[in-house]
Amino acid sequence: MHQSIKRVNSLEDLLELQRQYSHIADFRTGRRREDGHREVLICGDTGCVANDSTEVVREFNRQLAAEGLEDQVKVSVIGCFGFCVQGPIVKIMPDNTMYVKVKPEDVPDIVHQHLLDSRRVKRLLYHDPSSGRDLEHSEDFPFYKKQKRVVMRNLGLVHPEKMEESIAFRGYEALARCVCEKTPQEVIDIVRASGLRGRGGAGFPTGIKWQAAADQPGDVKYIVCNADEGDPGAFMDRAILEGDPNSVLEAIAIAGYAIGAHEGIIYIRAEYPSAIHRLKLALTQAHQYGFLGKNIFGSGFDFDITLRYGAGAFVCGEETALLHSIEGGRGEPTPKPPFPFEHGLYGKPTIINNVETLANIPVILLEGAEWFSSIGRPGCSGTKVFCLAGKVRNVGLVEVPMGTTLREIIFDIGGGIRDDKRFKAVQTGGPSGGCIPESHLDTPIDYDSLKALGSIMGSGGMIVMDQDNCMVDVAKFFLEFAIEESCGKCAPCRIGTKRLHELLTKVTSGRATDNDLELLEEFGQTICASSLCGLGQSAPNPVLTTLRYFRDEYEQHVHDHHCAAEVCIDLMEFEITDACIGCNVCKKNCPVSCIDGAIREKHHINQADCIKCGSCMSICPVGAIIKK
Amino acid sequence: MPDGRTDNPQLIALQTYLNGLDKDEGSLIVALQRAQELIGYLSEDAIFMVGQTLNIPVSKVYGVVTFYSFFRTRPRGKYDIKVCLGTACFVRKSPAILNELATLLQMEVGTTREDLKYSLNTVRCLGACGSAPIVQVNDDLYANVQVSDVAGIIRRYLD
Amino acid sequence: MSEAVKSQTAPVAEAAETLTVTINGQAVKARPGQTILEVAKENGYHIPTLCHFDLANLRYVNEVASCRICMVEDRKRGRLYPACATPVSDGMDIQTNSLRVIRNRRNVLELILSDHPFDCLVCWKNGDCELQALASEVGLREIRVKGERHQVNVDTSSLSFIRDSSKCILCKRCVTMCSQVQSVNVYSAVGRGFNSVISTAFDLPMIDTNCTFCGQCLSVCPTGALAEVSNIDKVWAALTSGKHVVVQTAPAVRVALGEAFGMPPGSNVTGRMVTALKQMGFNEVFDTNFAADLTIMEEATELVHRIEHGGRLPILTSCCPGWVKFFEHQFSDMLDVPSSSKSPHEMFGSVIKTYFAERQGLKPEDIIVVSVMPCVAKKFESARPELMNEGVSDVDIVITTRELARMIQEISLDLENLEDTPFDDPFGESTGAAAIFGSSGGVIEAALRTAYEIMTGDKLEDVNFTPLRGLEGSKEATVSINGAPIRIGVASGLGNARKMIESIRSGEQVYHAIEIMACPGGCIAGGGQPYHFGNMELIKKRMEAIYAIDDNAEVRKSHENTAVQRLYREYLGEPYGQKAKELLHTTYTPRRKF
Repeated sequence: MHQSIKRVNSLEDLLELQRQYSHIADFRTGRRREDGHREVLICGDTGCVANDSTEVVREFNRQLAAEGLEDQVKVSVIGCFGFCVQGPIVKIMPDNTMYVKVKPEDVPDIVHQHLLDSRRVKRLLYHDPSSGRDLEHSEDFPFYKKQKRVVMRNLGLVHPEKMEESIAFRGYEALARCVCEKTPQEVIDIVRASGLRGRGGAGFPTGIKWQAAADQPGDVKYIVCNADEGDPGAFMDRAILEGDPNSVLEAIAIAGYAIGAHEGIIYIRAEYPSAIHRLKLALTQAHQYGFLGKNIFGSGFDFDITLRYGAGAFVCGEETALLHSIEGGRGEPTPKPPFPFEHGLYGKPTIINNVETLANIPVILLEGAEWFSSIGRPGCSGTKVFCLAGKVRNVGLVEVPMGTTLREIIFDIGGGIRDDKRFKAVQTGGPSGGCIPESHLDTPIDYDSLKALGSIMGSGGMIVMDQDNCMVDVAKFFLEFAIEESCGKCAPCRIGTKRLHELLTKVTSGRATDNDLELLEEFGQTICASSLCGLGQSAPNPVLTTLRYFRDEYEQHVHDHHCAAEVCIDLMEFEITDACIGCNVCKKNCPVSCIDGAIREKHHINQADCIKCGSCMSICPVGAIIKK
Repeated sequence: MPDGRTDNPQLIALQTYLNGLDKDEGSLIVALQRAQELIGYLSEDAIFMVGQTLNIPVSKVYGVVTFYSFFRTRPRGKYDIKVCLGTACFVRKSPAILNELATLLQMEVGTTREDLKYSLNTVRCLGACGSAPIVQVNDDLYANVQVSDVAGIIRRYLD
Repeated sequence: MSEAVKSQTAPVAEAAETLTVTINGQAVKARPGQTILEVAKENGYHIPTLCHFDLANLRYVNEVASCRICMVEDRKRGRLYPACATPVSDGMDIQTNSLRVIRNRRNVLELILSDHPFDCLVCWKNGDCELQALASEVGLREIRVKGERHQVNVDTSSLSFIRDSSKCILCKRCVTMCSQVQSVNVYSAVGRGFNSVISTAFDLPMIDTNCTFCGQCLSVCPTGALAEVSNIDKVWAALTSGKHVVVQTAPAVRVALGEAFGMPPGSNVTGRMVTALKQMGFNEVFDTNFAADLTIMEEATELVHRIEHGGRLPILTSCCPGWVKFFEHQFSDMLDVPSSSKSPHEMFGSVIKTYFAERQGLKPEDIIVVSVMPCVAKKFESARPELMNEGVSDVDIVITTRELARMIQEISLDLENLEDTPFDDPFGESTGAAAIFGSSGGVIEAALRTAYEIMTGDKLEDVNFTPLRGLEGSKEATVSINGAPIRIGVASGLGNARKMIESIRSGEQVYHAIEIMACPGGCIAGGGQPYHFGNMELIKKRMEAIYAIDDNAEVRKSHENTAVQRLYREYLGEPYGQKAKELLHTTYTPRRKF
């Protein structure tokens, strides 16, 4: 930590500091080279850490010390590169070489071959299956080609724990320009003109929301950053907070200035320790530099940010529930109106924006509304971060302009389905979203087009499914989540989701009738129309969309008692084929003793007693037992 | 402990912490998180103390505790094993891993073993979908776990 | 203020501004801030509701909007909105009875019923159940989505009421009553999702909580999730036990009992009630009003004693068992403040089992005292060890007004057309002062009538202390006695009581005497009365009937009750004297605060 941080008291001070640190940005982006000097960038995001990237860092430090290279080669742990499936990722600058799937034991090769001898370590380069070539520069990877990084502009570029790096990359300049050069109304006008819409849910225009809060009377207002990311299968907010916390802090302060608030609160999942750590560090540094606190940039504007931890309730992503949670209550939503902008936290006007929305703000103010609205498509400007996961080859965080098609994301960026299996559906929007079939893959993505398909943008989860996924089972899985996370307050959601799940269980166990499919649809619609909050109103979406696009699969379960994906175990039968050698092993292992057969004769499974545990199949020494 | 006096050092530490908080409902969740950190779970005594000190009805505190999945009202095992059932992990077969853990540890999902050695729970997305499926044991994360890896993971936490 | 409840402020000042809203095709005027439900009601459109209730006089509205029964369609926005919680906006086009609305309502109700037991025919709430009535109104004929029901937890730990959470629909009316109105905070929603229940701290049985057993929760419960512990069978058994069975009826019972038989609220059925009790076979039918006069003798004397001897002031009334238990939990450092007088029916029990027993030549253990009370807390009270005399409880069985009504129905009496019968002697005599015990402010008014005359020796000409009357939660008045101002406070509803006690504890207010009743409005709105479901108009009618009894009484001061005078002369000696203290006074127990 720097001993002598001088408070930055004006916009000019900040710009001066930016010039001082410009060499960091120049070196990091490859604009400047220094003889013999290199930097090793290693992803320190939770995903790569799970793959032992921490040990890779340690190994680099050890090896560099052993070779006496500590002075020439710097090791920096930075934010997410997005290409998570290839993690841990190591990038060498200014050579712009990206190594993938780096293990601790690979480090000596990188040090000896690359850093000492300027030779590339071929086997650690990314092998592009489409061209069959090993690629060195990430710009050439198909994964990155159609992406545009606006929200994630600093991820993998800026050290999240070093304020001087943020400053070098124009951090806090937008805030300084706002408070020193613009009126709050001017700030709101720019955000309105940019066309930015809220990234967490239904896509409400951010500028209009800010305007509504700014128009409310009163001195006490709040700006709340919703970082209670809870969609299973979405982690962009975490990646942004871990990789670029300062952009979010800066944006909160700008929002505060715009609506007339002096207090910001970040409501973050307690399960994100690394993001919390980085935020705390960034907050401390921001205070030391005077970017937060009293009289920011000498403008007279005071603003502070505190952290509040979510305690594990998905429903707290809903605005009113989130506010009740901050107030110390059960996170149960309340009817709107009154809306938070008029009657929010502690009854005061409050704006709630999610992390991704906020991360757009500084760059909009620096580059202008026109620049931003030129990205994406009319009525839906900017980019969207998706967490691409499931059966797709290139699992990771991708950021694309609005209007990119699902096919481009899944096949061009995502590299298609892994193991060359057949695409079946893509589920967007997390548990509140829907499953979209192949026939709609060419839909350009925006809020309205997804809604028309029965799904939602949501926070940007995108789970790809292949022929091995049973769509009834998938719908059931999402409903389990809804049941688990329903707050229990309103009757349709509390009871209805349970009933839908029970109906689906009838389907997956072959006990359902056509009438049950009608009931699924009817009650799914009732729950959508009458639940109190967004969670309940969208909880049936996975059921309704799978019924809409994959009805044949449901009917197969109902009419033929057959699950083509071989997932629904109750519809399966285990059968012993003629390959049986009569060794008796399966018979001995069967927990319910439903296998008959004399030794050295073909055995037989008594289907009525079979509990379908599959242990016979896994234990058969000759693979004579099949599931069908 | 109706009078709030105690000689339990964890509760004394909690009391000291609570005394420094604003006495309003806004402090409740922070206070409970701290209490759980100090004691490992939210005992009746701790819940009672939080309510009394912050002047919040104990019924309400209990209502809040039981609402959030982060809070525990029972002690947790020495090794807290969590299997991610987020969508990415789910489609990559994490339920099978969960079953294997339950079988090998001879315990039910969502419980703590009586010897207080293991807790086995599911968790919604840990945010590492790129490495699905994920298993977490205390602070250690295991990526791309296969059913065949489970026994090996358990072997690291036998003491 | 909790999310569940909005405390209403006075009517909006700028009511001049009006909106135009269309309801079922008809344009109507509305005021800003009004809900769709309010506007519909004002214009004669009925929208079924379930979780909603509006305690207008208490200024509390249950606005949780959780049952989703009252969803109506805004045709302009093409969406459904909960009428109870959605404010009207100009130009709204509301349809309360479109096919979409009706289907949706039916499906939501079907879901609610799919998680509800089907034992309506034997449910204690049969006939009084709002859910049952709604099902009938909506015309549901089949539950197509059957499945698992939520966790069940039946709490029979208390003597006052039973909680059966399998019948709970999570409307949270009980939570609103208990937390917002009563400030007792026994209940909270516990758990999450499908298995959410309304429960207590640590799911403790009711008997181990700080519940005061006021029963306001069960007064508003729309289903059978909350019900009193029925003592009907005990009473029938007592009546055939061969023992001497004495019954007494509280002041508030007689003005509410008729409602259970379809009579208009506020009907006074005293004489017919006595006839019914006689027909059941009670040996004596006495009037708790007699004991109310007796209570005044003790309490007024104690007040005078405290004023004249520099005792602890203010004195707090102690007739209400809900209030007493509340006090023991919440203000356990101030247990010397309430009057030590037992509540009237307990005094009565004590007198029956001593004086009356001696006169009749009966052993106390051969007498069974049954109290008919507007109250479920009395059931708990009667089992207090402090209220026993040599191992014999003052009162043996307490039943509520509702239970009495059921017993009358069981023996097929047509209450409305019964003849009047007077109460039995010697404890049938009472004054107007005793009658008004049933309404908030009545006890202290009765006490003042007597204390005034004790202290001044003069005759009190105007016995009406009208500022102390009415359904207001907090009332106060200053009365000049011997030239000295005596400050009187009255609170009904425990939330109001808490505020008043806290104001005297902080020194902000000074009172000489305070009357407190746990139920908002007093015993007429007690937890044992025919369900009011939050309808305060009903309570008002009962109150008017109470004051009519007082107005029409020949004797309106307790100390002029000749039977009471004789009791002191023949048996007790001085009011607040040695024997009286022994039989008619009690002590309090500090309890844990939650």
